[in-house]
Amino acid sequence: MAGKTIFAMGNEAITEGALAAGARFYAGYPITPSSEIAELSSRRLPELGGIYIQMEDELASIAAIIGASAAGVKAYTATSGPGFSLMQENLGVAIMGEVPCVIINVMRSGPSTGLATKPAQGDVMQARWGTHGDHAIIALSPSSVQECYDFTILAFNLAEKYRTPVLLLSDEIVGHMREGYLPSEPSAAQLISRKEPQGDPAAYRLYDFSQEADGIAPLAKYGGKYVYRINGSGHDEIGAPTANPAVTDRFVRHLSEKIELNRAEIVQTRSFAMEDADIAIVSYGCSVRSGKAAMMAAREKGIRVGLLQLVTLWPFAEQEILELSRQVKGIVVPEMNLGQVRGEVQRLCPKDLPVIGVNRVDSLMITSAEILQAILEVGR
Amino acid sequence: MNYLQYLKTETFPLFWCGGCGNGVVLGSLVRTFEALGYTKEDTVVVTGIGCWGKADDYLTTNAFHGTHGRALPFATGIKLANDALHVVVLMGDGDGVTIGGNHFIHAARRNIDLTAIVVNNYNYGMTGGQYSATTPENSVTSTSRYGHVEQEFDICRLAEAAGAPFVARTSSDDPLSLQRLMREGMTKKGFALIEVISPCPTNFGRSNGMRTPVEMLQWTKERSISFARAKEMPPAELEGRVIMGKMVDLVREDYYTKYLRVIQSAQAGKEGA
Repeated sequence: MAGKTIFAMGNEAITEGALAAGARFYAGYPITPSSEIAELSSRRLPELGGIYIQMEDELASIAAIIGASAAGVKAYTATSGPGFSLMQENLGVAIMGEVPCVIINVMRSGPSTGLATKPAQGDVMQARWGTHGDHAIIALSPSSVQECYDFTILAFNLAEKYRTPVLLLSDEIVGHMREGYLPSEPSAAQLISRKEPQGDPAAYRLYDFSQEADGIAPLAKYGGKYVYRINGSGHDEIGAPTANPAVTDRFVRHLSEKIELNRAEIVQTRSFAMEDADIAIVSYGCSVRSGKAAMMAAREKGIRVGLLQLVTLWPFAEQEILELSRQVKGIVVPEMNLGQVRGEVQRLCPKDLPVIGVNRVDSLMITSAEILQAILEVGR
Repeated sequence: MNYLQYLKTETFPLFWCGGCGNGVVLGSLVRTFEALGYTKEDTVVVTGIGCWGKADDYLTTNAFHGTHGRALPFATGIKLANDALHVVVLMGDGDGVTIGGNHFIHAARRNIDLTAIVVNNYNYGMTGGQYSATTPENSVTSTSRYGHVEQEFDICRLAEAAGAPFVARTSSDDPLSLQRLMREGMTKKGFALIEVISPCPTNFGRSNGMRTPVEMLQWTKERSISFARAKEMPPAELEGRVIMGKMVDLVREDYYTKYLRVIQSAQAGKEGA
């Protein structure tokens, strides 16, 4: 298959990306607009000797993938708004227990059941703060079928490297869109698998990151010679429960720091025509597509517009936005919500720099004309 | 006394109250591990949240301590990812069949090859004795001061109806039958449920006129009736009685064994039934 362009749906490319990344376990609950990922996974995983299981709900789905990953198999689930809400509890277990896994949220209109088949990008802040307590999270957002494939592989690599759940925030438009993509079929060297413990099994401490150059403790696989205890409650280096304030402080800070201190390595953006731009569009997911069309329309009118695509929504591309704010005289943020990312951009920019949102929550894709209108406003 | 190898005795004394049955169940569990030759390496104990959910604090085996009610789905992922593991799931009545009731029936229905040991003390002991789905009707708890109005779940009948191939109930004051049932349940290929009635004198007992562990054990004994005897009795006479013993022991192919055929079909490119 390598080297051959495939015409496929975003959700199909996500599935193939997961398999190419080495995932061999899927647990999920069907929900529009993510169900193609479940359907294709149910066909493809057993072909590769992997397991597909349909659970009773999304609470169980994410629990099962965490269990499978704790046992050493790369695992993923896919869902949409209501299911993502149900997953928040055990997302916390993956964070606190430091168990790598990938959760795909093909975003749809909300709140609640919303418009079940219609697109939105309203889960950005839920992705960041949906589960209770202090923590950091990694979230990626694809804007094309190619990126669905590529970012899913990236999601697994980041999950395994940082021993953390990684969210792929796709949306109904990208998920159900068909276009060509080139499956890169990554080599073993391009795939990251968790660092496994070495040495004396009696000395293994699955939460002890203090001796690790990269700050990430090694994770074994159940059934091998290393015995360990995953714990979603407050714990010490060996996973034993503790309410010791100093230990608690160390571990809660670690959960944020292992990601925040590695921002430079995790955060990715893509720049389009930014070199000479004095107005920037900052966007992600499906809205990037309208943004690019608006950028080209503006350029035809002689307005120097560029686009910064947020590949990682979390951790937020703070450095990149700071630099951008020094270059441009205005920023336009199109997104299918009421300004979840615009607020993040605004907080990094000087007060007098216009940061204008182009927002829709009516389930219709933002048009390039609407973005162009905002560009013209900024340019005035 | 090889069973001590499974216990973190350095963390003793146990955190449970005097008169609680959890220590006996834990003792039976490690003796069963020993009897079956389980190792720390090939065993994973999955726990929920609650008094009994703290059992893995004292175990040297692999463990997974997750969220309230979700122990079975975590265990499902662990077992399907590595079928060679012995996966034992420890839950209380609140954990296992109240907040986790949905997971319980589906794990039983799917027939995942796990052993679920549900300790039933008729209330949420850890949080101060509120009522759970197994609290007997009319009893008093910290959230049913005027008498409980809900009908209780029969955990064993629930498991049986959901399709579990091994279902048994005993009580924590009968460690010999407990160990025998644990041994049978753990060697069962498929979902095995063992319910253990355990006294909670601190909360349930105190609210219901049974301040001492002995009173609670006597109450359990008076209510108990063996499965063999119960079978001979008309349903009306079984009102308020708790049936003890092995109720279901069937051969039913477990999920993973069936799924291996799915893998074979997929690899041979054959779709359809």
